[in-house]
Amino acid sequence: MAPPFSWLRPEPQGLYITPADAWIDPSRAVDLALVTHGHADHARGGHSTTVATPETLAIMALRYGVIEAGSRAVAYGETVALRGDVRATYVPAGHVLGSAQILLEHGGERVVITGDYKRRADPTCTPFAVTPCDVFVTEATFGLPVFRHPPIVDEMAKLLAARENDAGRCVLVGAYALGKAQRVIAELRAAGYHETIWLHGAMEKMCRLYEDHGVDLGDLKPVAGVPKAALENAIIVCPPSALNDRWSRRLPDPVTAMASGWMRVRQRARQRGVELPLIISDHADWDELTTTIAQVNPAETWITHGREEALLRWCELSQRKARALALVGYEDEDD
Amino acid sequence: MQRFAALLDALVLTPSRNAKLALLAAYLRETPDPDRGWALAALTDGLDFPAVKAGTIRALMAERVDPVLWTLSREYVGDTAETASLLWPEPLGEQPPPPSVAEVVATLTATNRASAPATVADVMDRLDVNGRYAFLKLATGAMRIGISARLAKVAFAQAFDVRVEDVEEYWHGQAPPYLPLFDWAANGAAPPRTDLLPLFRPFMLAHPLEAESLDLADYAAEWKWDGIRVQIVHVAGETRVYSRSGDDISATFPEVSAALTTPCVLDGELLVRGAHQGGEAGGAASFNALQQRLGRKTVSKAMLRDSPAFVRLYDLLIEGGDDLRKQAWEQRRARLEALVPRLDTERFDISQVIAAKDFDDLAEIRARARDEAIEGVMLKRRDSPYVAGRRTGLWYKWKRDPLLIDCVLMYAQRGSGKRSSFYSDFTFGCWNGDPDQGAELLPVGKAYFGFTDAELKELDRHVRQNTVAKFGPVRETDKSLVFEVAFDSVHTSKRHKSGVAMRFPRISRIRNDKPAHEADRLETLKALIAD
Ligand SMILES: [Zn+2]
Ligand SMILES: [Zn+2]
Repeated sequence: MAPPFSWLRPEPQGLYITPADAWIDPSRAVDLALVTHGHADHARGGHSTTVATPETLAIMALRYGVIEAGSRAVAYGETVALRGDVRATYVPAGHVLGSAQILLEHGGERVVITGDYKRRADPTCTPFAVTPCDVFVTEATFGLPVFRHPPIVDEMAKLLAARENDAGRCVLVGAYALGKAQRVIAELRAAGYHETIWLHGAMEKMCRLYEDHGVDLGDLKPVAGVPKAALENAIIVCPPSALNDRWSRRLPDPVTAMASGWMRVRQRARQRGVELPLIISDHADWDELTTTIAQVNPAETWITHGREEALLRWCELSQRKARALALVGYEDEDD
Repeated sequence: MQRFAALLDALVLTPSRNAKLALLAAYLRETPDPDRGWALAALTDGLDFPAVKAGTIRALMAERVDPVLWTLSREYVGDTAETASLLWPEPLGEQPPPPSVAEVVATLTATNRASAPATVADVMDRLDVNGRYAFLKLATGAMRIGISARLAKVAFAQAFDVRVEDVEEYWHGQAPPYLPLFDWAANGAAPPRTDLLPLFRPFMLAHPLEAESLDLADYAAEWKWDGIRVQIVHVAGETRVYSRSGDDISATFPEVSAALTTPCVLDGELLVRGAHQGGEAGGAASFNALQQRLGRKTVSKAMLRDSPAFVRLYDLLIEGGDDLRKQAWEQRRARLEALVPRLDTERFDISQVIAAKDFDDLAEIRARARDEAIEGVMLKRRDSPYVAGRRTGLWYKWKRDPLLIDCVLMYAQRGSGKRSSFYSDFTFGCWNGDPDQGAELLPVGKAYFGFTDAELKELDRHVRQNTVAKFGPVRETDKSLVFEVAFDSVHTSKRHKSGVAMRFPRISRIRNDKPAHEADRLETLKALIAD
């Protein structure tokens, strides 16, 4: 008999399910890909068959312009039978719209692959579900004990205060176009902000997609062509790359804000020239990572990407079996 | 402490100097005494608590965080205080409210090596993450957030709408939390007394010369020496030597501090005596020799012997009980000239006024000056009072450090006066592109000094032998001669075809070695535009 879990193999380009000849979030085009969520570093285009949630498929179609003929939509809780007697069940991960953990079952062994996830409430996606398993394959983007994301209401209060205090300026919020931007907008609405929120061109389609999936984002308008004066005291959302771009020069003296978990560390905020760091992440922080491992309580923890050293150390200190998979190609520099 | 922490974070993340000033000014205005004074001292590195060191923090963290997790975190964050503020475990149960800055300062002052860990831990428990960061930075005296003393003083002046020169002056001799200073600025109380202490008085500074010319009837010219500007104060038996920034450097130059026994405040250039160069009043060695003495807290006998310092005096601010700063430069100069013979001549001499009959004459004298210890020329309004900082129209510095470019001689015209028989006014040009691809020379400026008499003869001969056309008094040459033109700055100009105008161009040397097509191009000159 094969050693435990040997049917699932970490390869540099992703996790390979040997009996099913299928990959999870592969970094290059393959025949059969199981995709956890729509972020570009997890959802590459060009697979012959992509298995993902309907939302993730819609996001990939928006990103890559084509809906691949071989794609297969799987709803949360639904199970797909793969070749070689492997079953895959998609479970909410709470990361972005449509994000899923994938539960794999084979030969009586259960493995959960989280993709990216968080445990905080998020009005734009279905919350993470704890799923018992033997092997828990977790991300570790913020796997250092210095990363503790504050409550998002505090960060919204900072954002709204900056808008109040700097009359005549606008607040330009750099946020990942998929997930972070919509979450920031939805949280602003929840905080009672109902003015128009202005969008950089790169944001518009994704926001529409969220709205089409029933996420209410309130009044959104494109910023293109709007005169400077109309944008005073406005909140404008753009991708992080546009923050210090020439594009922002046409805005009225923007207060540069950035919504990212990395903003916890001053030097990171400084490097990006951010005046108003908003510590908001769609990834689990240190406490969420460690609490989740404890709750899932797997026989083994595998760490896919991020700062795996510290999380490995934590597992060692709490006498949990763990290993780092050292997968390449997953980057969340802006998240 | 939270307000201070918020200020600190905002200062760290605000790139613009004006925005930093506004933040600091608002804090100083809105925060009560004595917190604002302590905060000000902390921001300008004016606080020191010897009992608390970075090691204190590391030891505290070692009791609370696994060493591997600490190291990984510290490496990522890059700063011990910040890492500790993030990793500090939130205390259980209700805590007393966060302390004020003054309370923190009092606690830290009272603590010793043995009690420091418990003291620091107690304060940490009462603060949130940003508060902990600010507290640890304050406690270890390592703010390093780019708030210079100068910026703090400007913010102080801005906060209370007082003159920054006054702030500069009254600041000295004050200790944190600067209550008399705030009482004066915020509440209109009498300013702190400064006349009985050997205090630093803010320097009067000069603007770079931008005008084409100044009337020497209004302005006196003197050399600007390449040493370090110092102020020497003697009052009540004590002498201090202060640097430009107001740092006390008396101990670095003991021979100078010991030499002044007359109650006065002098402004001058500290130089190191050297034999190999120099003017009649005693040669000044190069800046390198001075550099070697700077920054030393103690001075060896050999240094005192080989590189003795002296001060070349520019101005006299106070003599005995007389504050001369409101008087005209001419009056102060007369007082200084009368005082200098009574000073120790080994340590003090006077910076000579340059005898130039008009501005052109001065420009020529300046262009010919070869003493390496001369940095340029100072132009001082004869009726200027001694005011702190830079005041428009009073003092100008005209540095010698030129920009250089290689140009081609295009036209020449005869000079006037004793030069009327020479072609001595030269129009020169740069290429408007690649000369091998058909580019043309465009005139970029005119120069009529900078050369030696021998060079003038050579230029004159060249013009006569290489004339291709004559227009009245002007000769056009065959554009074969390259010379290096030195100039102070270059600006965009709509009046010139080249689109640029050079300020104070002069011929620094003839480049017989260089063919004309290798002269510089206009784009090179344009890259130096300082607008
Ligand atoms: Zn993601
Ligand atoms: Zn990821």
